Amino acid sequence: MSAKITDYRLIDSTLRDGSHAISHQYYAEDVIRIVAGLDAAGVQVIEIAHGDGLGGSSFNYGFSAVPEKELIAKACETAQQAQIACLMLPGIGLADDLREVRELGVSVARIAVHCTEADITEQHIKVAKDLGMEAIGFLMMAHMNSPEGLVEQALLLQSYGADTVYIADSAGAMTVDDVRRRVNALVKALDVPLGVHAHNNLSMAVANSIAAYEEGAKNLDGTSAGLGAGAGNCPTEILAAVSTKYGIETGVDPLALMDVAEDVVRPIMPRQQVIDRAGLLLGYAGVYGSFLLHAERAAERYGVPQSEILLELGRRQVVGGQEDMIIDVALELARKHAEQEVTG
Amino acid sequence: MTLNCAIVGSGNIGTDLMIKMLRSDKLAVGALVGIDPDSEGLARAKQLGVVASHEGPDWILDHAGDFDLVFDATSAYVHVRYYKKYEEAGLTAIDLTPAARGPKVIAAVNLTEHLDAPNINMVTCGGQATTPMAYAIRRAVDRLPYCEMVSTVSSKSAGPGTRQNIDEFTKTTSTALREIGGAETSKAIIILNPAEPPIIMRNTVFGALPEGTDHDAVLESVYDMEKTVAAYVPGYRLKNQPVIEEGPYNTPGGVVPHRVVVLLEVEGAGDFLPTYAGNLDIMTAAAMRVGEAIADHREEASA
Repeated sequence: MSAKITDYRLIDSTLRDGSHAISHQYYAEDVIRIVAGLDAAGVQVIEIAHGDGLGGSSFNYGFSAVPEKELIAKACETAQQAQIACLMLPGIGLADDLREVRELGVSVARIAVHCTEADITEQHIKVAKDLGMEAIGFLMMAHMNSPEGLVEQALLLQSYGADTVYIADSAGAMTVDDVRRRVNALVKALDVPLGVHAHNNLSMAVANSIAAYEEGAKNLDGTSAGLGAGAGNCPTEILAAVSTKYGIETGVDPLALMDVAEDVVRPIMPRQQVIDRAGLLLGYAGVYGSFLLHAERAAERYGVPQSEILLELGRRQVVGGQEDMIIDVALELARKHAEQEVTG
Repeated sequence: MTLNCAIVGSGNIGTDLMIKMLRSDKLAVGALVGIDPDSEGLARAKQLGVVASHEGPDWILDHAGDFDLVFDATSAYVHVRYYKKYEEAGLTAIDLTPAARGPKVIAAVNLTEHLDAPNINMVTCGGQATTPMAYAIRRAVDRLPYCEMVSTVSSKSAGPGTRQNIDEFTKTTSTALREIGGAETSKAIIILNPAEPPIIMRNTVFGALPEGTDHDAVLESVYDMEKTVAAYVPGYRLKNQPVIEEGPYNTPGGVVPHRVVVLLEVEGAGDFLPTYAGNLDIMTAAAMRVGEAIADHREEASA
């Protein structure tokens, strides 16, 4: 295989962030077909794990249909040229998980953390480096921190040994201007390359990704057909097509990616990835995207509007991982509604 | 009987513990010991008329004859270096660090099991908050195939010890859910939340309920446990009523038809730490409870 010169590196997260949209019900045959398709299309890095990262299978985030390490092993066996990446959140996954997936052939570790708490990643970034993996520090919910604040956090990640730093617009809450200011500040301050992970709640994912590239980001994330938490991710095949139109060299074949999206991913999607009211509300209120389906279930179970749950979560400034608060908010809203009926 | 106690570690936890202990009729604060002569904790000790030393754990060993108990609120690193020396000096150590050298004690569950042990480990703040609920579920069912806890603490209340070794927190807490809570399999999750003003500590316990479980008995047991813990941690409460949700759930302990969800809040007493830091308060309150139980036990033994 000859390495192509590309203007940015594409990381596809269909098998990790996309897992939220199918409630973590991936099976081995899905993994094999998706990895084979992305790999043949030239995608450089394919990320796979439970949606909430290694060890995410739980009551709080939803149990995986198939143990994630079985699926990761399949991905490693299937990929011919692509590197396989895993994401983990300290506090949910363990350093031991990194050791196990390294054995399976995973070579990129993304250590993800809320955008103000970078100092909890030191242990895990060092373990990843000791295992000979590329370590990517991944700052989530980046709309909740200023460009200066993100620089401070990113420098910590760099000091622990991160080879690349990412910012994630986990709520799909950023405008193009928000992205430009953050990426610009980070690229100036960091010695290591920057990446951006975009969500589509405000219909800005592709535009934000291109803007990030223009400001100096060297890594961009996508998912096939936009499959992902909340209103979905930056669709890999659209990002590739738009990049080509801009004359940006991606090293991937947009037509092949369109085939993967249409023929492999869309058929297994329980619903098409649209920006409906709830999805838009997540971006508008700045709420973590993976809360969407959990909030939908709690709304149904406790008879309260999903939109009220999402707005209240935004008001409480909950962060990624606090899915248990969805039940808490739903119960409180149900009680308030009941009281109003009695007094009204 | 009043036991004379040395508190080692003059940071937030040690200082909060000192203030709680000054109210106790079973435990007397013999000294607060730190390593920084300018620490706020040692200054507070002097103000309150408590003996204060900045000469560290060695000072306690030099004065071992003056004390019955040592409460260690330093770090796992320091505790590992000193725990044997305390034992050799005839001092019983109550360990508030994650060093986990002695048997684990959750004050609401196995308080009286290890009263003669030379070293008692207080697990973690999340463990003190959630293991009682795992146990409450377990005692109401035939078996608890899987139990999970999620702890969210304010960023401001999570110290460097927790941040640099977050795996230690989740592993130790998860072990307590099994060994003391009675779950067959378990998982622990910790989240830091930077919101301002800081959020009060939240904990959620999920229990897997097998076919044929008496749901009312589970709920009743949970309400009883709330009272048991609140007796020594006044800010411990169910934030919402516990609920049974229908699955099925494909847990590591097997597929179960239902789960119980217990939503807890722990507000601190505000003795030295702000009230949002319920995570620190529940550790000092639980350690006090263990120290007082040792005092009662020794009194009975000598009577």
